[in-house]
Amino acid sequence: MALTYLEAIREALTRALRDDPTVFIYGQDVATFGGAFKATKNLSRDFPGRVLDAPISEDAMLGMAIGAAIEGMRPIVEMQFADFSSIAFNQIVNQAATHFWRTGVTCPLVVRLPSGGTPGSGPFHSQMMESIYAHYPGLVVLTPATVGDAYSMLLEAVALDDPVIFCEHKFLYYHLKDEALPEESLPIGKARIARMGRHATVVTYSAMVHESLRAAADLAAEGYEIEVIDLRSVKPIDSDTVLASVARTGRLLCVGESFPWGGVCAEVIARVVADGFNLLDAPPQRLNAKDTPIPYHPNLWAAHRPTAATIAESLRRLLRF
Amino acid sequence: MAMSDVLPSALAGADQYVSAYRWMLLARRMEEKISSLYHAGKIVGGVYLGRGQEAFSAALGVSLRRRKDVFSPLIRDMAGRLAFGEPLLDPARTYLGSVLGPMRGRDGNIHRGRPAEGMPAMISHLGSMVSVVCGMLVARRFRGDVEAVGAACIGDGATSTGSFHEAVNLAAVEKLPLVIAVANNQFAYSTPTDRQFACADLVDRAIGYGIDGHRVDGTDLAECLEVFGRAVARARAGQGPQLVVGRLLRLTGHGAHDDANYVPEALKQTELGRDCLERARQHLLDHGLATVAELEQWDREAVHEVQLAVATAQKDPVPEAAGEDWRALSSF
Repeated sequence: MALTYLEAIREALTRALRDDPTVFIYGQDVATFGGAFKATKNLSRDFPGRVLDAPISEDAMLGMAIGAAIEGMRPIVEMQFADFSSIAFNQIVNQAATHFWRTGVTCPLVVRLPSGGTPGSGPFHSQMMESIYAHYPGLVVLTPATVGDAYSMLLEAVALDDPVIFCEHKFLYYHLKDEALPEESLPIGKARIARMGRHATVVTYSAMVHESLRAAADLAAEGYEIEVIDLRSVKPIDSDTVLASVARTGRLLCVGESFPWGGVCAEVIARVVADGFNLLDAPPQRLNAKDTPIPYHPNLWAAHRPTAATIAESLRRLLRF
Repeated sequence: MAMSDVLPSALAGADQYVSAYRWMLLARRMEEKISSLYHAGKIVGGVYLGRGQEAFSAALGVSLRRRKDVFSPLIRDMAGRLAFGEPLLDPARTYLGSVLGPMRGRDGNIHRGRPAEGMPAMISHLGSMVSVVCGMLVARRFRGDVEAVGAACIGDGATSTGSFHEAVNLAAVEKLPLVIAVANNQFAYSTPTDRQFACADLVDRAIGYGIDGHRVDGTDLAECLEVFGRAVARARAGQGPQLVVGRLLRLTGHGAHDDANYVPEALKQTELGRDCLERARQHLLDHGLATVAELEQWDREAVHEVQLAVATAQKDPVPEAAGEDWRALSSF
């Protein structure tokens, strides 16, 4: 029986609630309604009193989760859209992220961010926030790209003693499917080689893994073998796997759906240039969304973010160097 | 060292008054010492004093059960902290940067806390601790602890934040046993209340949240004890959040760096400007709760305790950058 990415998230939430009595879910419309995307469907029925509707108060939702986490609970907060976590930004980066370092008391919570663009979602329901949160010390930032990772990384996130920003991609919710949930998986902090290759390395994460794989398939028809690395976790980041790949290919393209200024792609390139300059046969490149707010109309949106076609074009330029 | 648990949790009447007075006195003497150390250049970072707010703060502290309830102090709550059980060594060590203090040099001064013992460590962003107390109470509710009460201290300025509004509304929705103690000291740094809010009295906001509101003369210890006693009891009895607004005047600058020349002299001469410590001292004498000799003895003991704590902290090791663990995550 095939499972979607969204169903994998629901399975992980179910298992977390079942296995750990300190876990509870808090968010807008998550209880009887089951969440805007139905990630928590039936969970309030199956776990009475442990799936709580929140008022439209992202700041207080996070503050509440932080207080509960300090007291030994393991709250999972659902932001209705990643974009709205900007309201909770202060609590996340100043309170949750600093807590362990300042006080020695851990703050184990998970913030689920339904992230990324879908056609028609526009500037305020499409954002990728991983680069913003990864900037701050004290947060783990995860960006699962597969059904298996959505499941296993969410379970691992709940078990971590640190605050975790869990960036799940809305574009993958319904049509990304897998046959079964994984028995075991790579630990958080390890990247995955999604496709082996020897001519160039694409480092990416989240929904861009799939666009990059399609681009790699196109390039294969042209005789190039492209290695695609799925970072899985952007913080901690697995520089070793990236450097080892660049050592094999000599060429690097980083692909991210977030805005171009700074961010995960810039970080990967900075690390490779600093630690593996001698491995490079060409200047490392990055491909991000455009430096404008995210457009509403599907025609504009499709051109705003990287796609298989633009990734393939970037790869051709990189390979020609 | 854990938070001390020497005193019985619930004192009543005269004993409670005397207890609260002695915490006020200890806080005043400690802050005088901290202030002089600051002006002598011995303290880095800001120094914010609770002068004039000790009665309001201590009355809340003694109304809570040590180590069982939650007390979230703000920058002028030395008295409440001590009354709730914070060892005097904690402020001494934190202000002097000792590595043995609860913050180990990683955060300073009024940011100290003992979150595992019911006293969260405040961040600077005003209003944002109220929802944290909500979460601590939710956790206790999940654990089946229906006795716990949580108190969040805040000033008039922070009531203007979105964070405050979100948290009080959340507490009301969840019917949490939360006491919100608003010390209306008439100024947020230099901004007077008529530039902060337009309602006649902050306590009226309770109506909008659907919670109980209480107003109290923050310079009168007896009244503070009575009102906080009632508010805590109502919260504990399941009556939901309690908003307590104390009328008082900050008898000091915003910080030790601030001479507060913007506070009108006429305002200082009103009832708001009365020194709560002086009033409490007179109350003790008038009601035969203490003799002059006893008051002098308590003062000497407070000064001695302050000197001991500061002397201890001054001999403590300070953090060394080379020995610091520069990792912000506990897992990686």
